[in-house]
Amino acid sequence: MARAAIRGRLSWTLGDVVEVIDETPRVRSIVLDVPEWPGHRAGQHVDVRLTAEDGYQAQRSYSIASAPEDERLSLTVEGLPDGEVSSYLVGELRAGDKLELRGPVGGYFVWESGMGGPLLLVAGGSGVVPLMSMLRHRRASVGSVGARLVYSSRSLEDVIYRDELERLASAEGGPEILHTLTRSQPPGWTGYARRVDADMLRETAWPASSMPSAFVCGPTPFVESVAAALVLLGYPPTSVKTERFGPTGG
Amino acid sequence: MDGDAMRLDGNAMAGMLGEVFVREMTGARVACGGCGAVEPVGAEHAYTQAPGVVMRCCHCDSVLLVVTQTEETYRVGLGRARWLEFAEGA
Repeated sequence: MARAAIRGRLSWTLGDVVEVIDETPRVRSIVLDVPEWPGHRAGQHVDVRLTAEDGYQAQRSYSIASAPEDERLSLTVEGLPDGEVSSYLVGELRAGDKLELRGPVGGYFVWESGMGGPLLLVAGGSGVVPLMSMLRHRRASVGSVGARLVYSSRSLEDVIYRDELERLASAEGGPEILHTLTRSQPPGWTGYARRVDADMLRETAWPASSMPSAFVCGPTPFVESVAAALVLLGYPPTSVKTERFGPTGG
Repeated sequence: MDGDAMRLDGNAMAGMLGEVFVREMTGARVACGGCGAVEPVGAEHAYTQAPGVVMRCCHCDSVLLVVTQTEETYRVGLGRARWLEFAEGA
């Protein structure tokens, strides 16, 4: 009985920051070694807690970017102008530091390679992070279903994981990746240049008849408009899983 | 700040509900006593800017649960959630 009671208990633990990677001017990945990490599923997140010298604590939830198969845990964090946790994580945290976290948490917004579907991933800004964990998991899985990522960013410089996404897409059996740049586009840009809307989804999403699984993540207004558009395209509401990041997307 | 834009979902309550129920809860199903809808916790709406965290029905906006935390206690306010269902051992 004692064992059953302990199983599932979330407890805070310290991870060692092994590396920090600047993904864009505002976004950084934090690679961690977490002793006795129990493993995670693609789409889950962790809670991160910072404690000031005077004992004040602040806690936020961040999506896991690494695949379950990866050796190390990686988080990707967007620095928000007034974010008391994110500004520290993006601006000050260094390799060799320790970071207090608990997790993994969540079990609804997750995808595993055996779940079927073709996979439709729709990301707004840093909403791409849990979807990247899914794409990395898919790459590590044999015989995966088809996958498409529709990814909205402000500009090319704001595209997180740009190089890795290109590599994934060009690999055999890799996902199809469609970018839209909503604020500025480089010269010669041939991709979409507007917010994700129903017309764009009609052109890019798997037809509802193929029984797709959809995961939508980003700022709240983005997520809600995309989910509503997919339902209008015939996606059953239960096939569209959403994760809202709030007003700022981080 | 626009209240709609502040809306999150049950995924944002995963850590807190994990503390309270000592299990993963975002995949648990919750029945709304307001409209009768049954949805996974992860699909319900959540507001984390209030004192405590408020879970509301994603269909009719009824308050389902309110979880508040102090240094020493959790209080689970029972709103219109009629039942919660989760798989044994999950």
